[in-house]
Amino acid sequence: MGNQRGIKDICGMMSNRKINWYKYAAPANFYPIAGKMIPWFAVLTALLFIAGLYVGFFVAPTDFQQGEAYRIIFIHVPAAWMGMFLYVLMAVYAGIGWAFNARLASMMATAISTTGAIFTFISLVTGSLWGRPAWGVWWVWDARLTSTLILMFLYIGFISLQSSIDDPRRADRAGAVLALVGVINVPIIYFSVQWWNSLHQGATIRIANKPTMAPSMLAAMLILLAACWMYSIAVVLVRVRYIIREREREAPWLAEAVA
Amino acid sequence: MFGWLVWRDLILAWRRRADVLATLFFFVIVVSLFPLGIGPERETLRTIAPGVVWVAALLASMLSLGRIFGNDYQDGTLEQLLLTPQSTYLIVLGKILAHWLVSEVPLVMIAPLLGLQFGLSENSLATVVVSLLLGTPVLSLIGSIGAALTLGLRAANVLVALLVLPLYIPVLIFGTGAVQASVGGTSPQPYLLLLGATLVLSLVFAPWATSAALKISVE
Repeated sequence: MGNQRGIKDICGMMSNRKINWYKYAAPANFYPIAGKMIPWFAVLTALLFIAGLYVGFFVAPTDFQQGEAYRIIFIHVPAAWMGMFLYVLMAVYAGIGWAFNARLASMMATAISTTGAIFTFISLVTGSLWGRPAWGVWWVWDARLTSTLILMFLYIGFISLQSSIDDPRRADRAGAVLALVGVINVPIIYFSVQWWNSLHQGATIRIANKPTMAPSMLAAMLILLAACWMYSIAVVLVRVRYIIREREREAPWLAEAVA
Repeated sequence: MFGWLVWRDLILAWRRRADVLATLFFFVIVVSLFPLGIGPERETLRTIAPGVVWVAALLASMLSLGRIFGNDYQDGTLEQLLLTPQSTYLIVLGKILAHWLVSEVPLVMIAPLLGLQFGLSENSLATVVVSLLLGTPVLSLIGSIGAALTLGLRAANVLVALLVLPLYIPVLIFGTGAVQASVGGTSPQPYLLLLGATLVLSLVFAPWATSAALKISVE
């Protein structure tokens, strides 16, 4: 593609100053560097997961109220956080891609959406696995559970909208509008669900307050949060490389890069 | 231009009365299904009435979303409208207003009748109407974003439900909250104020997002 080459040349001219970050906004330049970054993040993911799970399973003490079952929060809480962070991140990337017509940012948004949905799903499943021993039921219509469920619906909406549009650029922009509308709505949804929950005092079960959390518990959670971040970066890079390969399959540089 | 657009949509809707009536009957049928599914105990019905009426209104309004832009998109009118020097915001607002008048106002008018079937008091019936009057424009406004995004797509109707229903949740909560408060004997005012705030917010932002979505879909 001539256009591709042109961007590359312009970026090349600009890059003799400092590191030119815009250079990596071109898929042709990003593809190889992403490939080099993936193993590093994968190794970090593995190390952090091993460390975090070790601390979580062997160092952190048994909770005097909940016994061993509480240990599921070491996966549950980081997954829930990731689900929320990634939605915002996805919207930011989608917005950048739409506003500046940056294809790579839009591709990142698409790549992030799947990972975010998976994390939200994991947090819902682990939450209900934890709820069974802690509350005696698989599901309560608690404000947090409900808003996580709605977050899952928002992800599903984004993914299904993008996958039902054939033209990738239209899919990018439509997804951006939806993600931004979603981001504006997330706080409104969150507060409305909270009011709704306090209105219906049906379930007296509250998520247990843990004001005094053992330092090793907090450490395990934070290490696993870092592990989830590294995992997300690695997996998103893998996904974005596949998306690049799919969308730029006509580009001559890709044939060279893959060969 | 704004008035002309609304008038034109109203005339078009009048000539296709069956479509409008279909949405209305859908609303009535969905609401009537609940007593059949749950049982005719008066107390139960009174407690579920706010939720039933509101959920049915959500579904019915979602069903008619395809009509906001669908026909104009197919015969090319929409493209011509977007090419006029008129601001897209106003064009979109006009289409949404027409949609609300055609598809939602009939629901609001029939709702008290359905509320009577569920044993609601007159006071609560008034709250049903007021909350629906404040809430249904929000449904049209937010729904228009989904309608614009899915314009001309395969399975647009199912997709629009996936996109729009999660965004309807605050309206559902505030709307049922108002009716429940009045059934329970407290003032529905805080919920109505919240609905009003949602309406103002979506009035400012939704047509803008819809215009952006239309430009993406039509180009």
